[in-house]
Amino acid sequence: MRIVVCIKQVPDTTEVKLDPKTNTLIREGVPSIINPDDKAGLEAALRLREQVGGTVTVLCMGPPQADVALREALAMGCDEAVLLSAREFGGSDTWATASIIAAGLNKIGYDLVITGRQAIDGDTAQVGPQIAEQLKVPQISYAEELYNEGEYMIIKQNFDDRYNTIKAKMPCLITILGEFAIPRYMTVGGIVDAYEKEITVLGFEDLKDLLNPEFIGLKGSPTNVIKSFTKQAKGQGTKLADLSADEAVAAIIQKLDEIHII
Amino acid sequence: MCKDIYVVIEQRDGNVQKVGLELLSEATRLAESLEQKVVAVIMGDNVASKADLMFKYGASKVILVEDPMLKNYVTEPYTKAFTKVVEEFKPDMVLFGATVMGRDLAPRVASKIHTGLTADCTSLDIDPESNLLLMTRPAFGGNIMATIVCRNYKPQMATVRPGVMKLIEKDSYEKGEVVNFKVDFVPEDMNVEILEVTKEEKKHVDITEAKILVSGGRGVGGSEGFDPLKELADALGGEVASSRAGVDSGWIGKERQVGQTGKTVRPNLYIACGISGAIQHMAGMEESDFILAINKDESAPMMDNADLGIVGDVKVIIPKLTEAIKKFKETKIVD
Amino acid sequence: MDFKLSKTHLLQQELYRKFAETEIKPIARDMDESEEYSMELLEKIQKCGFLGIPFPKEYGGAGGDVLSYTLCMEEVSKVDASTGITISVHTSLCSTSIFDYGSEEQKEKFLRPLIDGSKVGCFGLTEPGAGSDAGGARTVANLDGDEYVITGTKVFTTNAGFADTFLVFAITDKSKGTKGMSAFIVEKGTPGLSVSANIPRMGIRAASNCEVIYDNVKVPAANRIGKEGDGFKIAMKALDGGRIGIGAQSVGIAQGALNEAIKYVKERKQFGRTISAFQNTQFKIAEMQTKVDAARLLVWRAAKAKDDKENFGPYAAMCKLFASEVANEVTRGSVQLLGGYGFSREYPVERMMRDAKITEIYEGTSEVMKMVIAGNMKIK
Repeated sequence: MRIVVCIKQVPDTTEVKLDPKTNTLIREGVPSIINPDDKAGLEAALRLREQVGGTVTVLCMGPPQADVALREALAMGCDEAVLLSAREFGGSDTWATASIIAAGLNKIGYDLVITGRQAIDGDTAQVGPQIAEQLKVPQISYAEELYNEGEYMIIKQNFDDRYNTIKAKMPCLITILGEFAIPRYMTVGGIVDAYEKEITVLGFEDLKDLLNPEFIGLKGSPTNVIKSFTKQAKGQGTKLADLSADEAVAAIIQKLDEIHII
Repeated sequence: MCKDIYVVIEQRDGNVQKVGLELLSEATRLAESLEQKVVAVIMGDNVASKADLMFKYGASKVILVEDPMLKNYVTEPYTKAFTKVVEEFKPDMVLFGATVMGRDLAPRVASKIHTGLTADCTSLDIDPESNLLLMTRPAFGGNIMATIVCRNYKPQMATVRPGVMKLIEKDSYEKGEVVNFKVDFVPEDMNVEILEVTKEEKKHVDITEAKILVSGGRGVGGSEGFDPLKELADALGGEVASSRAGVDSGWIGKERQVGQTGKTVRPNLYIACGISGAIQHMAGMEESDFILAINKDESAPMMDNADLGIVGDVKVIIPKLTEAIKKFKETKIVD
Repeated sequence: MDFKLSKTHLLQQELYRKFAETEIKPIARDMDESEEYSMELLEKIQKCGFLGIPFPKEYGGAGGDVLSYTLCMEEVSKVDASTGITISVHTSLCSTSIFDYGSEEQKEKFLRPLIDGSKVGCFGLTEPGAGSDAGGARTVANLDGDEYVITGTKVFTTNAGFADTFLVFAITDKSKGTKGMSAFIVEKGTPGLSVSANIPRMGIRAASNCEVIYDNVKVPAANRIGKEGDGFKIAMKALDGGRIGIGAQSVGIAQGALNEAIKYVKERKQFGRTISAFQNTQFKIAEMQTKVDAARLLVWRAAKAKDDKENFGPYAAMCKLFASEVANEVTRGSVQLLGGYGFSREYPVERMMRDAKITEIYEGTSEVMKMVIAGNMKIK
């Protein structure tokens, strides 16, 4: 079985801070990580390989610096790594990204595609389903458990207030929840090996026959960001310090009465 | 010519989900300046009885797609059904709830018909010049907001975060047209098999429905630290919520988590107890009507965002507050 | 001249750091209080390959180098020095000796399980009457047919409480002094081998450290590492390399304490402002970080020299001498910056200060380091 896991390299948004003076994002010094849901996807794939054999390929679209994310995936135990990288791919929205990744997948072949549910920088959760549509294969989102049964995958889908157990024939695409499992660590030996392996880089020329060049990149994307801004803090409220507990309680009661809560 | 704002109404086990009505209310506001209509689309099996409700929240037309294959949500049949609706009626805009269903269905549909889709929007508007839909959403873990447009493709599609748009029930309304739209399904459309559906046993707590939330953070000190918060919530008729710190520490269940990775709430009163106010948390509760913060640390960001910030020890103040509220309520009854 | 880490070293550093933060830091205080090392943690350490870092893949190691190993030592010691010494004794003393002096059969039988993560090793040299003067050891090994019979007492044997493989040094020929010492492998469970409870100590209290008694312990002659009489040489070479690990451990302890102090001074307010706003605080931190960086560079120089098969002994002694002193100075300074909270056991800096002391003592005291350095400079 050929399992391909799609990952994204993202800034660790928990480390992103706002400059209180300019109210802009401080991107400097923010580490790049493998998107957490995608890392759970790697764990899912590696476990599946332990169950049924086959290979796990990790695929990432991004700039050349995404190399380190792929090395990390190799150091966790993936068999091979593919980087989709080209100037033409830059600025793609989810539709365009999905079409590039689908082209990459068609180029390298797959039985099962695994993606994370969503990325912590964009939070769209759209690329997985959109890849599935481009590949014309079934998608099963929000997987919390999965196992293989011959040519079928059995997936336990976390669907808000219920779980659906779904049986899907391969090839198919599964999006994994971060809750799936705590991803394994890299191993020291895995890291040493990872840097001895070749990473396959597929550029625009390699994929241009598998996609429509008009529909990729910033120009080919249906959606465009026209404005981005940081949120303004609400107007100053009242701050009360140096009150005794009873005084504080009295102040709260007065206020709650004022706003008709009690 | 594409026209009208379509809202995909989500039903589960035949029950209409609230977010659909929120979107009808919002679409009604948007449609005014465009002089367009609001159309509700309900997919399911035997859901015709739900049509009336749609008019109450602003729809002037309802499209029903009924088929046994649509009884429960499955990606492929729903994608086919809604794609046919788009192809037939050519909407200008389509709004989905950013629920597990909406975020599974909408991207698949957008991909199929080749149009743009903006995920998890928290605010919508119409650009007065171009009449384009301005879709605003948080990104970067809630650190920035981005406004997105879809210029050259129709329909313009968005999924919208539940609980963000105000629900507006109309006092008077007319019942509009109900269209039964038939989609021909073949057995192959059901391309996966649902083997089993299990509901979670634990009581489903929906903190997004609560009018009052008493929320605890790292400052409450442990799972037992939530007990006094529960008592206060009971006295106020509210629910207990938590920041991620409380959930990650295993003090309280994830279903009560507020914030970027939890739920978005906008209660009438949000009491933040020992919550520092990390940006990820603020993203989920800053729209609350009134924020009361109690924290030992005067410089905690939450204190700057609160309508009333009390510098003090949560462990001391909360039990006293609970008692005081009980007393206060008694005096009111006597009056 | 290049002071930058390579990509593979950087990725390793990320692994060690993440592992330390996630798996070790949350339990470090509890392990110190209970004076017991977590076997669950040890298993995770084995699984990630931390016990075979500088050994080639052909024997089951990770295929890294000494520099990799120092990065690991620093990162784990930042949050828990006990983990540092646990890995260090296993790696640079026990496993390295077998790698350097063992036969192919011995490497296959004893080294492979140690470095592929299935077994843990310890190193028995110090005796109640023989510390810095290791040559004064009294444990004897007498050849009886094709077996050696080992009798004696070793003390302060790190990892002994859970080790599977005991590398022990014993006198095979009393008349030859240090040249009469040989090295043996004793496997856990061998009759006559007994390990005491943990010895109560001031610092690195989570690490296992015991007295080990060898009472007519019989081992096959095939368990002798190197030739008869090679023991002292093997031990000294192991300790030479071990000092690089202790240097890295010291850097870790210092940096860990300093990180805690930096975090604290930015939050703590006194006299209406954060204490980090006071120039005295800034200067103190600037001085401490400079010393930690200097110590780290000395450690890396020694590691690189060992990787390049140069004469690393004096470099190792220098890095340990300096780094261990820095560790003591910086942990003390960090406790001072945290004031009363620094002294309380709620904050980790007091533990780090207690842990730092041993780095000036074990694997050669500071005084022994100076002997080595001066000796190499031929100053008599």
